[in-house]
Amino acid sequence: MKAAVVVFPGSNCDHDCYHVLQHVMGVETRFVWHKDTSLDGADLVVLPGGFSYGDYLRCGAIARFSPIMEAVTSHASSGGLTLGICNGFQMLTEAGLLPGALIQNLSLKFLCQDVRLKVEHTSSALTSHVVSKPEVTIPVAHNEGNYTIDAEGLARLEGEGQILLRYLEDDGSVAERASLNGSMAGIAGIMNAGRNVFGMMPHPERCAEALVGGPANGGNTDGRLLFEGLIAAVQAEA
Amino acid sequence: MFDNHPTITAELVSEHGLTDEEYQRVLECLGREPNLTELGIFSVMWSEHCSYKSSRIHLGTLPTTGPNVIQGPGENAGIVSVGDGWAAAFKMESHNHPSFIEPYQGAATGVGGILRDVFTMGARPVANLNSLRFGSVDHPRTEYLVDGVVAGIAGYGNCMGVPTVGGEVTFDPSYDGNILVNAFNLGLVRDDQIYLANASGVGNPVMYIGAKTGRDGIHGATMASDVFDDESEAKRPTVQVGDPFTEKLLLEACLELFKTDYVVGIQDMGAAGLTSSSFEMADRGGVGLSLNLDAVPQRAENLTPYEMMLSESQERMLLVAARGTEDKIREIVERWDLDASVVGEVTDTGRVVVTWHDGIVADIPVAPITDKAPKSARPTAEPADLAQRWVLDLDGIADLAAGEEATAMLAEVLAGPNIASRRWIYRQYDHMVRIGTVSRPGDADAAVIRLPEGKRGVALTVDCNPRLCWLDPYRGAAMAIAECCRNLACVGAEPLGTTDCLNFGNPERPEIMWEFVEAIRGLGDACRAFDAPVVSGNVSLYNETGDTAVKPTPSVAVVGRVEDVERVSQTAFGQAGLEIALLGDLEGQGGASLAGSAYLQDQHGICAGRPPEWAPEVELAVQGACRDLVRAGQIQAAHDLSEGGLAVAIAEMGFGGPGWPRVGCAIEVPRQGRLDQLLFGEDPARILVAYEPGQAAAVREAAERHGAPLTVLGSTSGERVVIRQQGGGVLVDACLSELATRWETGLEQAVGL
Repeated sequence: MKAAVVVFPGSNCDHDCYHVLQHVMGVETRFVWHKDTSLDGADLVVLPGGFSYGDYLRCGAIARFSPIMEAVTSHASSGGLTLGICNGFQMLTEAGLLPGALIQNLSLKFLCQDVRLKVEHTSSALTSHVVSKPEVTIPVAHNEGNYTIDAEGLARLEGEGQILLRYLEDDGSVAERASLNGSMAGIAGIMNAGRNVFGMMPHPERCAEALVGGPANGGNTDGRLLFEGLIAAVQAEA
Repeated sequence: MFDNHPTITAELVSEHGLTDEEYQRVLECLGREPNLTELGIFSVMWSEHCSYKSSRIHLGTLPTTGPNVIQGPGENAGIVSVGDGWAAAFKMESHNHPSFIEPYQGAATGVGGILRDVFTMGARPVANLNSLRFGSVDHPRTEYLVDGVVAGIAGYGNCMGVPTVGGEVTFDPSYDGNILVNAFNLGLVRDDQIYLANASGVGNPVMYIGAKTGRDGIHGATMASDVFDDESEAKRPTVQVGDPFTEKLLLEACLELFKTDYVVGIQDMGAAGLTSSSFEMADRGGVGLSLNLDAVPQRAENLTPYEMMLSESQERMLLVAARGTEDKIREIVERWDLDASVVGEVTDTGRVVVTWHDGIVADIPVAPITDKAPKSARPTAEPADLAQRWVLDLDGIADLAAGEEATAMLAEVLAGPNIASRRWIYRQYDHMVRIGTVSRPGDADAAVIRLPEGKRGVALTVDCNPRLCWLDPYRGAAMAIAECCRNLACVGAEPLGTTDCLNFGNPERPEIMWEFVEAIRGLGDACRAFDAPVVSGNVSLYNETGDTAVKPTPSVAVVGRVEDVERVSQTAFGQAGLEIALLGDLEGQGGASLAGSAYLQDQHGICAGRPPEWAPEVELAVQGACRDLVRAGQIQAAHDLSEGGLAVAIAEMGFGGPGWPRVGCAIEVPRQGRLDQLLFGEDPARILVAYEPGQAAAVREAAERHGAPLTVLGSTSGERVVIRQQGGGVLVDACLSELATRWETGLEQAVGL
């Protein structure tokens, strides 16, 4: 299988995603420059985190006009696995590949910390390897992670099982507006109706190796489970 | 119409911050009267900020060489060898005055500047630290300044994708009118791929890359060399505005250029912009430069040559290219949507000749502007009130009663602004990006970053206790280095090198100059003792408003080598059943000291007493033992006793950082004198360690081998912090989670964030 990590001007988690896919997960991975027009037959496309175009207009709003986004859109609409992390999630919503929008955190502050996430179900490529674990711990690092959507859209996400990850409050519950950043229904990660495009604010690439995964779980590798799920889905199709 | 030849009056000279004597030197350098552009160039080149005129002769006494030093002071950053072919380039720099006037942009551009200093050496920046000093928590501007500075650091560093992995913050009334913002960056580079800020090769083109030039920051270096007054608000236009997105592009473009052989030398345009970069590069290479200002990319209309030479617009680099590679360089730079322009040429004239609109607007010999730069042995005098500073009358402060009172005080001390958790700050910094952060903020006494390959890592920490430095600048400065090295020992690292950022008041006042000279003496002695030579640094003087100078603040960061990143200990106990012991003397040399302690400052508003003598032998023994134990994987946790002393350190080990399980402890200590002194005294050379009981013999053996005092105190267990007197009753008995809440929310509550 082949993976592609798209590099936009201002991407800064591109190397991290590349490292985890290529060196930790052992997947043949290449960088794709945003001015390129081809994904070169990648099975899994990752839009990494960062500050594309400085986030100066609206996060992801300019990146979606990059030449490569046409190829990303056609990859996604033909069922190709696509994962947007943080700024990548924001791009996918701006590009209309995922519903909703990410607005500024309620605290108006950038937040970088581990968060506990409820895993809604394991019948998606992203979550299929989170077995026997009702929750995972994965760090966030964002200023605009407040997931917002109209009531109809939210009902559709809920009804179709498109919500995959929700922020957990300290007491283990899910709040209507997550106390972390204000996200509706505690939404941290979703997928599209076609179940092949995934967007999440937390950074799974930051906890795929115990050495740098932080103290949770005695050396956190929960992020690895999500990559395992995506890779297994590609391999199952092959 | 720009007039480059106004009459040079005494007033104009003085407006440029030059003294009569300095102006005479200008005339000697040129052999004629300067024009306006030249006067501006001399003004910034000979400003305190760029010329180090008050500090140079003293800085020369610092140790700067050693087996691990690849590049000492004088370049954009210092470089030490980490091993396996990897080198660490690092430096710390102040951005105090701009941050006080405009906290967000001032702090942001401070980070931007230090990043450029590091990546101009060919290194990829991988870790930021910062050292911040704010005024008293109840000063009306403190909340605004804390909020703005932290957001500015976050805004720039996060966007650049460089993790901010540690730092320190002090609140003290001496910073009410003059905060300090010191930014540190460390980058990694292969030791055979280092770039220097050197112009060479007559005929080689000089290129300008990065953002366009505007009017921002003109005379920033001169502003940084002046005391504050009521007019300072009016200096807001001299604060630069940062654009981290452009800098991120500049970083990637430069790192791509460095993989080629097109670049001969490169320097960032920081303070004094085009002027200092061109003169310094020419000076290091012993050559001349011609500069054509018409070719400088400009974003403001009708920029005069004076403005272009002095602009401190951010995100710009000056480089000398190998002849014939201009187009290839332009291709790479433009791929990143940045400007690249040939603005001059290396010459053999030994002069920088600047042309504009087909005429020469400045023509200055390079060597004299450096050689003849004023340097002075300013007079020093011990402060008249020094003896008074040393008087600490504890009789006026009732000692704590054991039990409830001492327990309640521990909670208060933990919530004090100088001790409370810094989580509100560091959660705004992306401290994980690049997935190299092995020890995150709160995890351990020093941050640890892994190298891109192999088992080794880099440990880094920044420290300075300004109260100790005010009470005794020699001891205070030495203890700052000692504490940094102690922090490194707690993660098993050995020191490789130091960068210093020396923040003081007005050097024209003899007692300030005395503080400076004493601090340098302390730094020098300590850096020699710990084999941590100074490889880079920065001096910031005139940090005062009206007559009030900041406390002497020689912030230092020490970088160390970790042999195996899998074997790094943490602050947190993390589990029950560990034995706890103290490396070092329980009550220091002659009793733990409250002099200059955070306890007296935060709880009683007192900063007095003479800090204990610093004892390098004990420090080396304690640190050596701790380092060996961590490296051998024989201890779980290590935490040095610094601000807040024994009681605070043991509570912090119970809390750990975010994500660590909380575990209480019970310890027993002998009591000699005052209880507050025992609990909160701040003698140096002490580290608490926790280990599996099966390792007790190994711990004892390591202490003996190094000659470090060792006292077994107790063990970890339960959910309370219990401190008993040996053969006596309970001194402190606190609920760990209640203490944790006070500690975690103390900063927000104290500052009103």
